[in-house]
Amino acid sequence: MTTTESGSYDAALHGPDSTGHFGQFGGRFVPEALTAALDELDAAFRAAIVDPAFITELDRLQRTYVGRPSPLTDATRFSAYCGGARVLLKREDLNHTGSHKINNVLGQALLTVRMGKTRMLAETGAGQHGVATATVAALFGLECTVYMGEEDTVRQSLNVARMKLLGAEVVPVTAGSRTLKDAINEAMRDWVTNVEHTHYLLGTVTGPAPFPEMVRTFHHVIGAEAREQVQELTGVLPTAIAACVGGGSNAMGIFGAFLDDREVSLHGYEAGGDGVETGRHAARFSGGAPGVLHGARTYVLQDEWGQTRPSHSISAGLDYPGVGPEHAWLHETGRATYEPVNDDAAMEAFGLLCRTEGIIPAIESAHALAGAMRLGRELGPDAVILVNLSGRGDKDVETASRWFGLLDGERMPEGRL
Amino acid sequence: MSTLHEAFAAARADGRALLIGYLPAGFPSRGDDVAVIEAMVENGVDAIEVGLPYSDPLMDGPTIQDAVQRALDAGTHTDDVLRTVEAVARTGAPTLVMSYWNPIERYGVDRFATDLSAAGGIGVITPDLTPEEAGPWTVATDAAGIDRVFLVAPSSTDARIATVAAASSGFVYAASTMGVTGARTSVGDAARSLVERTKARTVLPVAVGVGVSTGAQAAEVALYADGVIVGSAFVRAVLDAATPTDAMTAVGVLAAELARGVRGG
Repeated sequence: MTTTESGSYDAALHGPDSTGHFGQFGGRFVPEALTAALDELDAAFRAAIVDPAFITELDRLQRTYVGRPSPLTDATRFSAYCGGARVLLKREDLNHTGSHKINNVLGQALLTVRMGKTRMLAETGAGQHGVATATVAALFGLECTVYMGEEDTVRQSLNVARMKLLGAEVVPVTAGSRTLKDAINEAMRDWVTNVEHTHYLLGTVTGPAPFPEMVRTFHHVIGAEAREQVQELTGVLPTAIAACVGGGSNAMGIFGAFLDDREVSLHGYEAGGDGVETGRHAARFSGGAPGVLHGARTYVLQDEWGQTRPSHSISAGLDYPGVGPEHAWLHETGRATYEPVNDDAAMEAFGLLCRTEGIIPAIESAHALAGAMRLGRELGPDAVILVNLSGRGDKDVETASRWFGLLDGERMPEGRL
Repeated sequence: MSTLHEAFAAARADGRALLIGYLPAGFPSRGDDVAVIEAMVENGVDAIEVGLPYSDPLMDGPTIQDAVQRALDAGTHTDDVLRTVEAVARTGAPTLVMSYWNPIERYGVDRFATDLSAAGGIGVITPDLTPEEAGPWTVATDAAGIDRVFLVAPSSTDARIATVAAASSGFVYAASTMGVTGARTSVGDAARSLVERTKARTVLPVAVGVGVSTGAQAAEVALYADGVIVGSAFVRAVLDAATPTDAMTAVGVLAAELARGVRGG
């Protein structure tokens, strides 16, 4: 195996500091009742990641239950639409439950058991994190409640059924905008009430410390595997990495192993929705401002009074007005760049991957694919672009069918491609 | 000495607890919030917390969420909250703001403290701001001469209580139970123990909030706490009233019952 040693370790790129801050971002903005639980979680996390028994058990589950390592696929036919750049797909869609989400869920579920708690809570947007949590709750024999915005339960009804089949209680949230943001509010309220026996299994790199660091750590395996796989296949490091960014867990997972490789450019793609100029989007970096949401300082879609503005995206998993604080920091330091991808560009990439590679991606991941198309045209045929294909698109078949006009027996119109 | 300090001292001299009432600004409407609060003050509420409506009130239960959403839907902004504070302060009751952190940060930390003070406000309760994140806020509130009130909870360790109390001024807010705001059938035993642990670590008064809704509960809490905070019960009384006039009547009746409660009745 050809591997290149990682460049010199740059402490400035490896937050957070001892108080949970990534520069000015992160921290803890929570009701005091949660401080003790966050301290307990922090201690459990730090003890676990240096405990060989924990590491061995997590590794065993990753291999025998999730199916890791996930493969790297050379997307040769799709590459033709990316300026001829070589596009490599990190296949997190092939994990058990269909996305990267299970990496973090297994880690936190093991912590739940270590802390002696018997119930897990989760929020979910697209349903991927909810399904992963319900799955692992069944595996470990834990109680599970999943909060999901009412609007999302409608557009992701298949995942609601999956969670119920797995034995979880699914609570549709009717407050506020009825999407992921409100599901997180409800999960926090449940947690603060039942914290003694309940762990809140937050599904992305947002929230109060230690969640952003902890969730990133459990997803680090994505980038660590990919870094070796890309070098084994091509003999070099990738030129660029593309990942979609809702809260940003799959992106932190794949970026993390390349932070010190300064020659590798890191690209996060947010949901541009109908276009940033329309106000109907989830582009926190181009359409938001620094603020505090859900326990951390980060970039937030907000109005002039600091009220959270509703986000919009065809992808439920990217439809969130905040973003992980570490992404805010990588944005501020310039180590990673973030750009919006509109619904139509994401769906064009979605359709292309289906037809060129025989892979139906999650619409979330299709934003990263659209980003790779854009990058490839910029970088040219010598570039190697690593895309984190964070999830599969089974859950999105109905949305995609509607988008492409396939319902009522219509054929996919060529114009869409 | 803050006005809050004087209010607590006066209540203590009376041998009773201070009664603090909460209502979100802009609720039940942008015109009627002050009238409802005046009914509270006329019927024995000693101090007022004006809520700053926020889109993501994660410490609040369904009753206050509902009220806050109505206030936001009616277009209540931070400047409206300051106008409400100004009107309420004219009643002579010490007036605080209860606000989640992001609207204060967005308005400008120094500007908020200065404008609140200019409006006659004397303090701010920040339910999601921890002392660790409160550096600029401490400077701004000291400069403006207003009190900053942080919360302790039943899960707080003794060391944590000492940290929170040291960062607070005016009083320390003791959240009676683990959970969100809203009326409960009983105020848990956890509240008494929390107040005792807090009083052992600060000279500041300690007021109990979350879950107190009746005169009997107020009387029970007044036995061990310096102040009793009632929010959701007032909001519920307004939500259940058919007209603004009915709301003022209902709020007045509840205020009188709670005022008897904090006097041991």
